[in-house]
Amino acid sequence: MEPLIKIQNLTVGYDKLPVLKKVNFEIFEKDFIGVIGPNGGGKTTLLKAVLGLLNPVEGKIEFRKDINGRKKSIGYLPQVRHIDRKFPITVFDVVRSGSLMHSQTKIGGGDLRQKVEELLSEMGISNIRNKAIGELSGGQMQRVFLCRALLSDPKILILDEPDTFVDNRFEGELYEKLRFLNQEVAIILVSHDLGTISSYVKTIACVNGNLHYHQSNSITQDQLDGYNCPIQIITHGEIPHTVLKHHH
Amino acid sequence: MNAIIELWNTIVELFAYDFFKKAFLAAVFASISCGIIGSYIVSKRIVFISGGITHASFGGIGLAFLLGFNPLLGAVIFAVLSALGIQFFTKVAEIREDSSIAIWWSLGMALGIIFIFLTPGYTPNLMSYLFGNILTVTNSELWWMFALNIVIIAFFILLFRKILYIAFDEEFARAAGLRVSLFNYLTITLIALTVVLNIRVVGIILILSLLTIPQATANLFTNDFKKLLILSSVFAFIGTISGLFISYFLNIPSGAAIIFTLVTIFGILRLLKYFL
Repeated sequence: MEPLIKIQNLTVGYDKLPVLKKVNFEIFEKDFIGVIGPNGGGKTTLLKAVLGLLNPVEGKIEFRKDINGRKKSIGYLPQVRHIDRKFPITVFDVVRSGSLMHSQTKIGGGDLRQKVEELLSEMGISNIRNKAIGELSGGQMQRVFLCRALLSDPKILILDEPDTFVDNRFEGELYEKLRFLNQEVAIILVSHDLGTISSYVKTIACVNGNLHYHQSNSITQDQLDGYNCPIQIITHGEIPHTVLKHHH
Repeated sequence: MNAIIELWNTIVELFAYDFFKKAFLAAVFASISCGIIGSYIVSKRIVFISGGITHASFGGIGLAFLLGFNPLLGAVIFAVLSALGIQFFTKVAEIREDSSIAIWWSLGMALGIIFIFLTPGYTPNLMSYLFGNILTVTNSELWWMFALNIVIIAFFILLFRKILYIAFDEEFARAAGLRVSLFNYLTITLIALTVVLNIRVVGIILILSLLTIPQATANLFTNDFKKLLILSSVFAFIGTISGLFISYFLNIPSGAAIIFTLVTIFGILRLLKYFL
């Protein structure tokens, strides 16, 4: 099976300082990958490279031919803490902004509004459609941004720490929802909470590309031992899609 | 009752004067351009950068006095150069953004003072550039303001969704493949033009008020970007016109009167919202 995204020999970072070095990584259909690692280890850097926000210093990121590149295949949920909550925008408009990521079949106008309405009701937040985002709870915010990410019918869903500022009840709902979506969509999820995600994800990737050793409470010593690798895949349950590649 | 009729008659008489008609038009144009651009600036939290560009434009005014060309042209050149200069200092020279803004802010003002000092003779209009004088707006300035309004309105109608989405979440827009940097250069140029062409209304020192106070007032009533654009323009208009009359009747400088009115309107509505 050909991977949706194939990352080869990728070195990427800020101002010529590489955060990730020579990473190889493949994402297949129906993958559910939990990305963990210490702060500064390169979790977000990896996502940014996949999203095209950072250009590789070396190596390449290839998308499978039939999905027409990243613009037409990715749904993205950013870290909510980076969102300016005082910005004058309504829930409806935030979700609608997901249309920037083109879907395979382009929609607009009335159809687009219809689709936004459907997603809002599916996620149980139709009642807050006209509220300003500043008035929302953490869980509502996450749902709004998940709707935005799903608007373009992505093949790959990328979520950056969707469990911050969210209460336990919604966290459970969120992961159930993701498990359901995973029947159709490949998911890459960055988290600092290994305990919660390990029961949902199929694969765990530990990212620590800068070769520094960081103590982290959320992972076990065994997994930390793998941290001298820029990226290492530890498989859970399902048959491993991703080949374990050691960095020397 | 008689007093009101008398006031009304005075106002009608005022509109018979050419200078007052021009001032009224200037108020309309300033309200629309500052209402829209100000909403964008406030929402995107780039008020400080706008302040830097505004004050840097004083260098251009000084240079124009010295070399004898149109001060507003000098202001435009310096405003755009400082906007680019701030970007350059931040991105290439790796100076913190707020520091590079402050550097351009003060450099522009300093150059302005030097140029004006070197200009032989007396510079009569200097105060009107610093603090504004809406009653002395000229025909050609009005035409320029009119043209700017057309450009801003067209830009915001045609690109409304993109403007909103990029301002709200630049990273997401970038990931979607929008040309965010180009867009930011375009908007910063529009900001520079807005600032400079409205200098005659409230002046360099006071222009930030038209870009922030009506927006704060409008923000009391709406959290929707589109409504904010419109409502800010309305509040800017109410404040500018009232300030204009107050300035005339009390014989105080128009720029200061306009700002005082804008703040008073905000204060009253803020208190009303608190108690009601």
